[in-house]
Amino acid sequence: MRKMIAKLLTPNKDIPKKLYSTAGLVTFLLFLLVWSVLTYGGIVNPLFLPTPTAVLTTGVDLFVNGDLLSDIGISFTRVLVGFLVAALIGIPLGILMGSLKIMEGAFEPIIGFIRYMPASAFIPLLILWIGLGEPEKMSVIFLGTFFQLTLMIMDVTKNVQNDLIEVSYTLGAKRGQLFTKVILPAALPGIVDTLRITFGWAWTYLVVAEIVGASSGLGYMIMQASRFLQPDKIIVGILIIGILGLLTDMIFKAVYRASFSWMRKDGL
Amino acid sequence: MVIQAAKNIIENNVPQVKTPKLEIKEVGKVFKTKSGETTALEKTSFSVSDGEFVTILGPSGCGKSTVLRIVAGLEEATSGQVLIDGQEVNGPGLDRGMVFQSYTLYPWLTVKDNISFGLKLKGVSQKERDDVARHYLQLIGLEGFEKHYPIQLSGGMKQRVAIARALANDPKILLMDEPFGALDAQTRNIMQEVLLKAWEDSKKTILFITHDVEESIFLADSVYVMTARPGRLKKKVPIALERPREFSVKGSVEFAQYKEELLSLIREESLKAIN
Repeated sequence: MRKMIAKLLTPNKDIPKKLYSTAGLVTFLLFLLVWSVLTYGGIVNPLFLPTPTAVLTTGVDLFVNGDLLSDIGISFTRVLVGFLVAALIGIPLGILMGSLKIMEGAFEPIIGFIRYMPASAFIPLLILWIGLGEPEKMSVIFLGTFFQLTLMIMDVTKNVQNDLIEVSYTLGAKRGQLFTKVILPAALPGIVDTLRITFGWAWTYLVVAEIVGASSGLGYMIMQASRFLQPDKIIVGILIIGILGLLTDMIFKAVYRASFSWMRKDGL
Repeated sequence: MVIQAAKNIIENNVPQVKTPKLEIKEVGKVFKTKSGETTALEKTSFSVSDGEFVTILGPSGCGKSTVLRIVAGLEEATSGQVLIDGQEVNGPGLDRGMVFQSYTLYPWLTVKDNISFGLKLKGVSQKERDDVARHYLQLIGLEGFEKHYPIQLSGGMKQRVAIARALANDPKILLMDEPFGALDAQTRNIMQEVLLKAWEDSKKTILFITHDVEESIFLADSVYVMTARPGRLKKKVPIALERPREFSVKGSVEFAQYKEELLSLIREESLKAIN
């Protein structure tokens, strides 16, 4: 027993896999327990924090009778389109910036500058420019992810081993082939990982995008619920965004595992 | 008729001047640094004939890798020129294959696809690529590993694949920059024998950089010893050991004599480099 505890407290020491996953589950249950004690125990006014069962009932009700599914669809589309446009421009631009000094010199300073500007502060301008429609919502998502994404792709590309590029020259690679046959495949795992991380950020910009001038979507639902003092509805909205984010993260991880088996010794 | 006969006589009497495979003429390299200019390589000249195995032996930081990188076309010389079959080289080319000290296999390609990478760039057909890959897999003793990825190979195996990959492109010259430098002593010995076998099979001209005295003797027809920085050629030592060489030659008296000579040459330079 003592030995076990000592093992658990030693940095970098491996522990049984079962224990590892149990620990994660226990934390979740503890969280739920605290929530339950606070609400069922009557310690907190249900107006501020509803019980888990109340949230669950509201969630089911919203699914069955409300617009929840269509809200999810609308929000997901906004996140997806805004993010896809950011990725479609950011990936090639980032790769070029990471491999060609002239591109880095031209774009790194301005992107590095703009990325510190809060995307939400652009909303009034965006409304002025393109109105209140879907493009405005998607633009917020785009602004929130594009600049970071491009810089991260640039870094990933820069990390491609220089020897790998040089050896390719000695094997007869032309400039164009160097991009398609060496730099891109070498950077691809890093690119997929960058997309996974920035897609997570895209979700966090969703609520910001749907606070102003929206009449649908999960963020709108949350704002409405706040106006009418429905904390259970707010929590449902937050949980759904969390679950959707988690799901997309898992999809990216699965794609990563399936595509890059060459990165693992067992090849599985 | 008469003219033709005369011509024949003249042509036959002209001594056959064989152009060397590789000629390095007055090649020098100066780096610009913050504190001014540093000479990495003083003007150096030497030549390597067709099929010759030359090793360049020198203390670390003597610019021996710079010579090789200039020949490979990966770095520009500040002065002088590099000729291959009498033609000046500009930039990297298919005629010079290279093996680096670091592992430079493409991690996303299988062993077989790594070996045939250069051929694929050239647009050689799948069937031909497979045939070439099979030949070299056998030559380096890695049959059965064609579907493996580099991460599944040991360091020695990776370098064998790197050698096969360079040879599969059929270069005129194989340039090797301390290719066994990161390997343990036992693996290194085996790799030297694998390389000699590949060299005997392919009849390539090889320029091989090392700081290991035994390695330089065991492999070479000629060892060029370089001075400490700024590097230049100190001495050429022809190695007259019999071919094909077996591992046992390392225990011979002649080998020991070469070793003693080279050790004392290199020791002087290492001391200079330290002081």
